[in-house]
Amino acid sequence: MSLLPFCEWLASTQWSIALHESLYAYPLIESSHVLGLLLFAGTIAMVDLRLLGVAFKAVPVSEMNARILPWTIVGAVVMIGTGILLFYAIPVRTYQSVWFRAKVIFLIAAAVNVWIFHKRVSRNRERWDAAPKPPLNARVTAATSLALWAGIIVFGRMIAYNWFDCYRPQSNFVQWLAGCVVEASA
Amino acid sequence: MTWVERFDALERGPVGMAIRESLWLFPAIEAVHLLGLALLGGAVLMVDLRLLGMGLRGRALNLVVADARPWLLIAIGVMLATGIPLFLSEAVKCFYNFSFWVKMIALPIALVFTFAVKHPLARRNPPRAAAALLGVASIGVWFTVAAAGRWIGFSG
Repeated sequence: MSLLPFCEWLASTQWSIALHESLYAYPLIESSHVLGLLLFAGTIAMVDLRLLGVAFKAVPVSEMNARILPWTIVGAVVMIGTGILLFYAIPVRTYQSVWFRAKVIFLIAAAVNVWIFHKRVSRNRERWDAAPKPPLNARVTAATSLALWAGIIVFGRMIAYNWFDCYRPQSNFVQWLAGCVVEASA
Repeated sequence: MTWVERFDALERGPVGMAIRESLWLFPAIEAVHLLGLALLGGAVLMVDLRLLGMGLRGRALNLVVADARPWLLIAIGVMLATGIPLFLSEAVKCFYNFSFWVKMIALPIALVFTFAVKHPLARRNPPRAAAALLGVASIGVWFTVAAAGRWIGFSG
């Protein structure tokens, strides 16, 4: 099933067109999405660096999580809110962007990584909570998180570039990745 | 030699030329600049939240400053190492860009404020109101740097 018809319908709605054509609203939302990184990715980085055993080593992992992750949630609200609006402004092109698709896959992977941390890694956290250097599996989740979020940031930035857009000549592979609709030659 | 000619000469230098002739170099450097921004945000906010009585409020301020400082220095290193080449690739555009000059004024203010005012005062565990003032000022000045930086790409 393709979400393309849904994205085409989204793109035809009045607010999507208004946002797309706006002189200031779109850049302001886009800037908020970028500046939200300072809070969202910044706090994630600090928590992960602590879990990696290279920052805030005297602060227990549970204290970092309790004191800093609420700010990550605030950042997430900003990122998701502005992100949805950015998608809503340009639905079809974004849906058919290989970068956006890579970003979504990495976002899902990052969510799975958080789930693994809470379900498996932090099960015996009391034993290493205050340790300057947490055990290997905790450090692996932290490194995985940092790598995934770095990828998400880079992919997100690349959505703005049109190298792999469907309207340009692309290889069959890129057309398949991006879900381009190739008009059948009669 | 006028200033715009100097900027033009910078743009024609080897770094500027190499970036402009490449399809991937500018976006790649820009992406690393963004990664540095995230790290910078984290390192600055750890201290600022604490100054505002939030974040790691159970820790002494001087310890939070000491923990955050190496990451702040790394982040600033990444930002300069990527920001300078980005500037060199479009120096003339920057010269005529209002946001660029806002950033170039706000950035030294942010750096001097952070290392000559905020950190030295924070290490002495100032009273609550003074600490909060430092936190608000820091968030304000760094926000200006980041927002003006993003706006360079929209204007001009």
